[in-house]
Amino acid sequence: MAEKTYKTLSSSGRIHKALKQAEYAIVHDKVGFIGFLILLAIIILSLISPFVFPVDVESDPSMILQGPSREHILGTDHLGRDIWAQIANGGRELLFLSFVTALLGMLIGVILGAFSAVIGGKFDEIMLFLADVWLSIPRFPLLVVFSGFFTLNNATLSIVLAVLSWAGIFRTVRSQVLSIKERDYIEVAFMQDLSLPHIVIKEILPNMMGFLAVNFTLLMRSTIYSQVGLVFLGLLPLEQNWGVMINLAWTQGVIYNPRTIMYLLAPTIMICLLILSLVWIGKALEDVFDPSLRK
Amino acid sequence: MVMNSTLRYLLKKIFKMIFTIWVVTTLIFVLIRLMPSNPVDRYIEEQMIIYGIGYEEATLRAQSLFSMELDEPILTQYISFLKDVVHLDFGQSLLSPGVDVMSIIAARLPWTLFTVGLGLLSSFIIGIVLGTLMAFKRDKWYEPLVSGFASFLSAIPDFLIAIFLLLIFGVFTFGTGHTIIPITSLRGNYSMFVTPGWNMVFIKDVLLHGLLPILTYMFSQLGIWILLMKGSTTSTLNTDYVTIAKVRGLKSSTILTNYIGRNAMLPIVTEFAMRLGFIIGGSLIIEQLFVYQGIGLELLNATNGRDYPLMQGIFLIMTSAIVLCNFLAEVLYVVLDPRIKLQGGRKANG
Repeated sequence: MAEKTYKTLSSSGRIHKALKQAEYAIVHDKVGFIGFLILLAIIILSLISPFVFPVDVESDPSMILQGPSREHILGTDHLGRDIWAQIANGGRELLFLSFVTALLGMLIGVILGAFSAVIGGKFDEIMLFLADVWLSIPRFPLLVVFSGFFTLNNATLSIVLAVLSWAGIFRTVRSQVLSIKERDYIEVAFMQDLSLPHIVIKEILPNMMGFLAVNFTLLMRSTIYSQVGLVFLGLLPLEQNWGVMINLAWTQGVIYNPRTIMYLLAPTIMICLLILSLVWIGKALEDVFDPSLRK
Repeated sequence: MVMNSTLRYLLKKIFKMIFTIWVVTTLIFVLIRLMPSNPVDRYIEEQMIIYGIGYEEATLRAQSLFSMELDEPILTQYISFLKDVVHLDFGQSLLSPGVDVMSIIAARLPWTLFTVGLGLLSSFIIGIVLGTLMAFKRDKWYEPLVSGFASFLSAIPDFLIAIFLLLIFGVFTFGTGHTIIPITSLRGNYSMFVTPGWNMVFIKDVLLHGLLPILTYMFSQLGIWILLMKGSTTSTLNTDYVTIAKVRGLKSSTILTNYIGRNAMLPIVTEFAMRLGFIIGGSLIIEQLFVYQGIGLELLNATNGRDYPLMQGIFLIMTSAIVLCNFLAEVLYVVLDPRIKLQGGRKANG
């Protein structure tokens, strides 16, 4: 009983500490703060846009490929639909997909990496070897080849991307766990004969939350790259997101019509902003949790 | 003893290289031959329906196309498949029957190697120089600008850089009435009217057509080299051996090349090979953007046309190239950093 109260206390302390750290992480670094604001703006825009800026469902042949005007601040596309509404609605799916994929990928990588490092021995050696092998297979061409065999949609893509990215996270998590493993309290946990899952989940993982957060943003970034890339190549079903807009703007030959260049430029800039915000947030987090990396 | 561990290190790397290629080969074999509704079965069915031929004849056609012996047990097929791969025999293209996959690859690969190689090399050289410079000029006003631009370049995807470049060079007129380069020169490998060969017109035309892909590869990698080189030079500057070298009164150029340069380059050499995989992956999208007839565009066309023998051939060649470069980087690492030999193959610093 007494032991139980002790545990809850310590874990609530951890949450409190994490909140304090998060607050510091958001505010302490100027660039990181800007990144956070951009991401927040994109999230809010994605949430409110279905109600405030609904996407035009009907085409308007009289308004095809118009330049920016009062009603259409970014102009219209090849079917006469408002581009701003598409921009406002185009981030939701990307954000959601990259978040889910990163979550899945982290889960696989962390479980494998942490257990491999703790178990050690031959198992660890083989896993490391396999990860090395896996890392040298070019990922994007592999995705393209896959799409020739299976029809990918957003759900399957998410799973495939998560599975494909296991090796990178595995390697970084493994080396991190190896260094934590050497600390005294882990040795104590082993001497107490606590179970392996307990040591990994309760003792090791909470001490690398910052590290995991950084890798989470990196994974989201590479997911966005893959998804937008595949959409651009026309290998994914076309839905409402910025990558699809680039693809359509491209195939509709917008580059030969500089007046409506916003159709191509706006989603490109939005994707840049989203990725930059993730990278900046990741950098700020890195500073918070690992002061030795400060330069 | 030292020689021994170097040898063991290299042998281990060679084993890894061969194993990787084997994994990819097997993966492709499974995808093409063993998956339910795999392309071979589908092809046979298609032939039977379209031309009304019997199963036997359709199987024969599929055999010659995929260069597989479909009557043999699966293990024999697998072994002969491996044998073909070793001999670089990937069968014939489905879309253009009678053309060997290998001859298509041989025609396309040089273009990709040309653009990717030139882009990577120029980004490497410019990045190393700029990065070293920035490490020495850390207190100057322009340093944050360069570093900021570098981190911007390293963050955004290469194909978005390509779009920006295309807009700047081929779309925006900047009030002059014409674009910097006519947009027709930005598509394809060379213009219709020039004759391939070693003449100035052709070389200039090829360089003009390749300019934007090369610039894209360059800019997409440049940021990483600047940041890495700046970081590793800065950390090298503060080491004891550099201080001692200064105290000994060595020439600053000697210190820069022999003491700082060599050690600062170490972490970057391995990164060079790692980047190659990314670039080749990115070349798929970039060659599509600029309609550049390289290996990436060919893989894309093969995928869209479900040309499986061509897909497998290109993917295997791509993987082998990357694995080989990784191996070369690891060998180079041993040459540059003798500490590795003593540590029995473990990287000395991360």
